[in-house]
Amino acid sequence: MAAAEFETPKIREYPIIPRLQEGVMAHSKPFVAKPDFQEKLGYPGELVDNWKEVAIEKMGELTGKYRSLQVFLDSCVKCGACTDKCHYYLGTTDPKNMPVARQDLFRKVYRRYYTLSGKLFPKLVGAEDLTEEVLDDWYSYFHQCSQCRRCSVYCPYGIDTAEISMAAREVMDAVGKGQKYCNEIIGKVHVIGNNLGLPEPALADTLEGLEEDVEEETGVQVRFPLDEKGAEVLLVTPSADFFAEPHIDGLIGYAKVFHQAGISWTLSSYASEAANFGMFIGSYENMQKLALRIRQAALDLGVKRIVFGECGHAWRVAYSFLNTLAGPFDFLDPDYPVPQHICEVTHSLIQQGKLTLDPSQNDDMVLTYHDSCNVARASRMGDRPGGQFEIPREVIRSVCNHYVDMPSYSIGEGTYCCGGGGGLLTDDLIELRVKGALPRMEALKNVVDDYGVTHMAAMCAICKSQFSKVFPYYDFQMDQVVSVHQLVGNAIVLQPEEENRSEADQSEEAQDQAEAA
Amino acid sequence: MSVITIVFAVLFYVATAILLVFTAHKIWQYAKTPAPLKIPTTPAPTTRSGVVFRMIKELTIFESLFKANKWTWLFGWMFHFGLLLVLLRHLRYFTDPVWGWVVFLQPFGKYAAFMMLAGLAGLWARRIFVDRVRYISAPSDHLMLLLLIAIGVTGALMTFVEHTDIVALKAFFLGLFVFNWSALPADPILIVHLSLVILLMIIFPFSKLLHAPGVFFSPTRNQVDNPRERRHVANWAARLESTKTG
Ligand code: HEM
Ligand code: SF4
Ligand code: SF4
Repeated sequence: MAAAEFETPKIREYPIIPRLQEGVMAHSKPFVAKPDFQEKLGYPGELVDNWKEVAIEKMGELTGKYRSLQVFLDSCVKCGACTDKCHYYLGTTDPKNMPVARQDLFRKVYRRYYTLSGKLFPKLVGAEDLTEEVLDDWYSYFHQCSQCRRCSVYCPYGIDTAEISMAAREVMDAVGKGQKYCNEIIGKVHVIGNNLGLPEPALADTLEGLEEDVEEETGVQVRFPLDEKGAEVLLVTPSADFFAEPHIDGLIGYAKVFHQAGISWTLSSYASEAANFGMFIGSYENMQKLALRIRQAALDLGVKRIVFGECGHAWRVAYSFLNTLAGPFDFLDPDYPVPQHICEVTHSLIQQGKLTLDPSQNDDMVLTYHDSCNVARASRMGDRPGGQFEIPREVIRSVCNHYVDMPSYSIGEGTYCCGGGGGLLTDDLIELRVKGALPRMEALKNVVDDYGVTHMAAMCAICKSQFSKVFPYYDFQMDQVVSVHQLVGNAIVLQPEEENRSEADQSEEAQDQAEAA
Repeated sequence: MSVITIVFAVLFYVATAILLVFTAHKIWQYAKTPAPLKIPTTPAPTTRSGVVFRMIKELTIFESLFKANKWTWLFGWMFHFGLLLVLLRHLRYFTDPVWGWVVFLQPFGKYAAFMMLAGLAGLWARRIFVDRVRYISAPSDHLMLLLLIAIGVTGALMTFVEHTDIVALKAFFLGLFVFNWSALPADPILIVHLSLVILLMIIFPFSKLLHAPGVFFSPTRNQVDNPRERRHVANWAARLESTKTG
């Protein structure tokens, strides 16, 4: 089992670039996917006999399909600018976790088989044959990259190690060495519609329970509709929002926002997952198949807008790829971008004065905010570059009185990944996850000590789960991570009489009220 | 006509051909390979002109490198800007009459050699002494710096110490253009300098020097951030469209 002993890194007062310690993370490997899961996604069940040829051929296919891969493999000058930028390197000190060294695991094979210099003078240019050891290294270290893109910010050519990791994972899938966590989840979404494998009745049950809870707490009937045809908004949210803490408080927040703004909305049991793990394994086909479920749900339910809940990589796929993968969305209301982020919705409602907010409801907390890597560096909110940093902060500031940012190098475009993104949020990688969280933990400790910060808001299902898990290793409490819309939900002042809903809702509600009376 | 003249004349033709043909092939390859998804590193410009501005900043002041590491930035910029001035100054050996702005650059270009060499020395020192950079260096990474330093040093020697017969040299190069060769001065330093330059030209399209054309094709830098407004579909991705519902 992967539950081996390891030491949690020490939080230092000032971040220092650690010295290299070769091979310290070579043992870190996620479980390999079982044959039936592999086959369901169209990959060989286990390592094929001629895996070398298959892998090399796949590599050539991918460099022909992705300009990023081709240019990145050729262009790196080994300047070293990226070497100290990866949280996994900073947390583990393993040199193969330096972005360029991670790329080189793939590049050295590319050079050997696809470049003249590598064919003629392999030793000279660092080219290497594809061997079992190399494949082993791939499996290990391409599952130590959360595809967070921090390295790509600093590289003079924008070389994005995430692109290389995705390609490497796709090659590994093609030879039959897939990762269990990602591939099983993708299989579940293809069949059931969400990462958890939560079927419609269970989902309906959960949502009903939530309606009861919220009513008990606020005295107001806030609805959590499922599969309601004709709603204005289809909300697609990570399935963790249905049961995990603090995600579920975020879901309550979205519901309260829609409720108070009088926007009719619905979840879909067919597309009950925002996260798209197809990206993690670099599979365009799988990513597209998952994205098409969202299109289908929008068509079936006849909605006018698609809104995404709080998630990081999901928002990347939604914002940057959804239109490409599953567009055009000309059947939706052209007045709204497709898709929209829930923060964009809430932000504009706040600006229009449509929400009644009492920030003092969050006075028990001093907050800071963790920019999720894929929201920060792979997407946008609003219509200006950088809106992805401003909009969530403006939302938080409107619902809280006490807010401070973490040190500047650790937020905005330079934000550190939580340590669990990119398909690594699995218990078999716990050592990596704990160590990879170090840079964020140090930045957090900084504002905890200096400004008395008590809670960190996050806006991604993975970040929230990851922090809940690793906080205790660093002497924080797991409930010190909160959802952005949990803060919004806390601050919204609901008044039973000021209810203005869509007509469909109103008749049903009248009935409910009659029953209650 | 001396053997040296003939050998170098032929080598220059061959090296130029290799440099142009294979670099062009690489550029063609980059241009024709699709970029199926929008992957600009954000925050990214939302307009074409914004992207042009972003690229100009990357090319002239190495903006991303500046964010990353001030020493590498300083040495790298000294080297490249020095190299640029030196190369532009070299135009006077290939043009007759020499263009006015090249004459103007002459004194700067002369001393830029020192900036270039200082930058290269700094980069090499980082490669040797910083454990992270040493770890990622292949022999070719060291040799590339050595090669450029050797070119720079032999060039500077001729500019400042052992002058060669510039008039004859210029006649040699101008002769190459019109296939009417004239004698190459047989100074040892010049021969070494030119040999190394020929070597550099030949390895350019097969080495990491491809970063020079590559930087223009990097999707994380040259894409416009407008995926919600404009649908972006590559050819091979469009073929998958038939599987789509709705
Ligand atoms: C479009 C033009 C070019 C741009 C934007 C560019 C940019 C860069 C940048 C940002 C670096 C990383 C920093 C550094 O290590 O210096 C670099 C490295 C390098 N460049 Fe360029 N470059 C260009 C053209 C060239 C040319 C024409 C040559 C040589 C003939 C060259 C040779 C090198 C070398 C050898 C390195 C590696 C230095 C090292 O080992 O640390 N570059 N380039
Ligand atoms: S994408 Fe993120 S995790 Fe991967 S190498 Fe770059 S910095 Fe590290
Ligand atoms: S910053 Fe870019 S060019 Fe420099 S070593 Fe890293 S990947 Fe290579």
